Amino acid sequence: MSDFKLKKWARSRRGQQFFVCFSFMVLPLLLLFVFTYLPFGQMVQFSFYKMKYLTPPDKRVFVGFQNYIDVFKRDDCFKALKLSLYYCVGALVQLVIALYFATILSFKVRGGNFFKGLMFFPYLISGIAIGFIFKFFYTRGFVLDTVLGFLGVNESNIPYWLKDQAVNNWSLVATSVWRYFGQNMVLFIGAIMSVDSDLYEAAALDGANRWEQFKHIIIPGIKTILTLNVILSITGSLSAFEPPYVITGGSNGTGTYFVIMNEIAHVSQKVGLASAMAVVLLMIIFGCTILQKLFFKYVFKDVDSQDEVSSKRRKNP
Amino acid sequence: MKKHLTFGGFIWNVIQYASLLFFGFLALLPIASCVITAFKTEEEYRTTSVMALPKSWLNFENFYRAFTTANMGRAFLNSLIVMVCVLTVSVILGTQLAYVLNRFAFRGNAFVRSLFLIASLLPSVAMQVTVYKIMTSLNLVNHLYGYIIMMCGTDVISIYIFIQFMENIPVALDESAFIDGAGYQRIYWQIILPLLKPAIITSCILKGVSVYNEYYAANLYLMSKEIRTISTSLFTFVGPMGNQYNLICAGVIISLTPALIVFLLCQKHIYSGIAAGAVKG
Repeated sequence: MSDFKLKKWARSRRGQQFFVCFSFMVLPLLLLFVFTYLPFGQMVQFSFYKMKYLTPPDKRVFVGFQNYIDVFKRDDCFKALKLSLYYCVGALVQLVIALYFATILSFKVRGGNFFKGLMFFPYLISGIAIGFIFKFFYTRGFVLDTVLGFLGVNESNIPYWLKDQAVNNWSLVATSVWRYFGQNMVLFIGAIMSVDSDLYEAAALDGANRWEQFKHIIIPGIKTILTLNVILSITGSLSAFEPPYVITGGSNGTGTYFVIMNEIAHVSQKVGLASAMAVVLLMIIFGCTILQKLFFKYVFKDVDSQDEVSSKRRKNP
Repeated sequence: MKKHLTFGGFIWNVIQYASLLFFGFLALLPIASCVITAFKTEEEYRTTSVMALPKSWLNFENFYRAFTTANMGRAFLNSLIVMVCVLTVSVILGTQLAYVLNRFAFRGNAFVRSLFLIASLLPSVAMQVTVYKIMTSLNLVNHLYGYIIMMCGTDVISIYIFIQFMENIPVALDESAFIDGAGYQRIYWQIILPLLKPAIITSCILKGVSVYNEYYAANLYLMSKEIRTISTSLFTFVGPMGNQYNLICAGVIISLTPALIVFLLCQKHIYSGIAAGAVKG
């Protein structure tokens, strides 16, 4: 092949590559820009203004950092952030339950598939349907109270599940655990199944009991995904939104940060303040994510390389 | 494993089944109570205990009333339109993007990847504060197509699933097709896309469930009654009908039936999809 032809071939291949890259990326990137990065930029910009949705650009009042100061000073905003502690505790309980059942259901159990399906199904129900289901569930004299009555609890000792401020946040957290623990469980089952099954057999031959198997094989085997989920549950509880939004609407002290933000944005139309709230939370979430990345980098350095070795071994037995 | 049951093993078995039964019961109770209530007549609902079984399991009147009051026929049609459009577009865009990102080492490849990764960190509820403003200025609010366009915004999990799957499709396949004279477009449509089928099924199920159940943005952007989706049609029961739980429960049961059918038909795919979606991060 002559030198000229070679160049031409390279050019045309290059050209084709450029064309395909361009045409396959232009739409996803456009959507990403219009619905993610443009709103993000605007959010940062709006957070310095006092404005409503329909305020024309020249009528907006520049207020500097006042919105940010308000986020920390206003009672409702910052108190709401404290509510995420409830959701954090709930998320950790959820992980423990999920891990427990994942361990049970990864091995032969009678009716295992049935229970797995039963516990997973709530994940497939829409948030609004869950809202109705649990309003009904918690209403005075309805499902939960009736069941407690069967168990012999006197109705006068039962709190108002959604009104009493001592319990209502726990009631909401419970709905979130109910909805998601099955999903976490399925995720853990997947991870446990991908651990080399020879290990369990060897351990059983050596006379290890279930607890020892759990401690020495399962936990190390799924360490990475477990830690990832612990960290995800922290960022997740900071942005808790659905349970209070659909069940109580944030009344009686159940309004989490995002519920308050949603109300400030779409009901009171204080777009600037809502934007500042969003930016503050995004900063916190970014902070958590960076910590997570560092954590993985330093704590799981050797675990990752082990994973690689074992996955290679699995591919070429 | 042959084993003779030890005392500890026996206790463990008891605990295991007891906990399964208990949590299985807890998982079922809220839904079961809803089903029970949905079959009760107005009078039964008012006079009997919530957990008392209905007289007849063939009383479908609540379902009929819920279906018509909330205009759920129309809502099912809307949900179907939204799902078909969103899934088609996002599968094509997602696989094309994954193809380009996986096969070509152009400048900016890593940058594009990180753009999508960072985007996945932004919680969608927070973004709606300003997305709402953009939707208004593009005149996309209160139109089904506007909502569809917004929902097509590529989601990272499925791109991730596609890229991972692409890594197991040998590059030699592309190469030989290229030498045989196929262009990249043709390689994508005739070789890559068909081979990605398992990943496409997984991502369709995951995204399908989330689109079907989406209600926050649907409620924000689809105000008119005739363009409500299934999940927002349930908002009909907020307010004056707020206490008629026999009717509401029937509506809830209708809305979750399609999800139940899909779940029973493709459990395996859903479980493996959940596991595949977990590797992001």
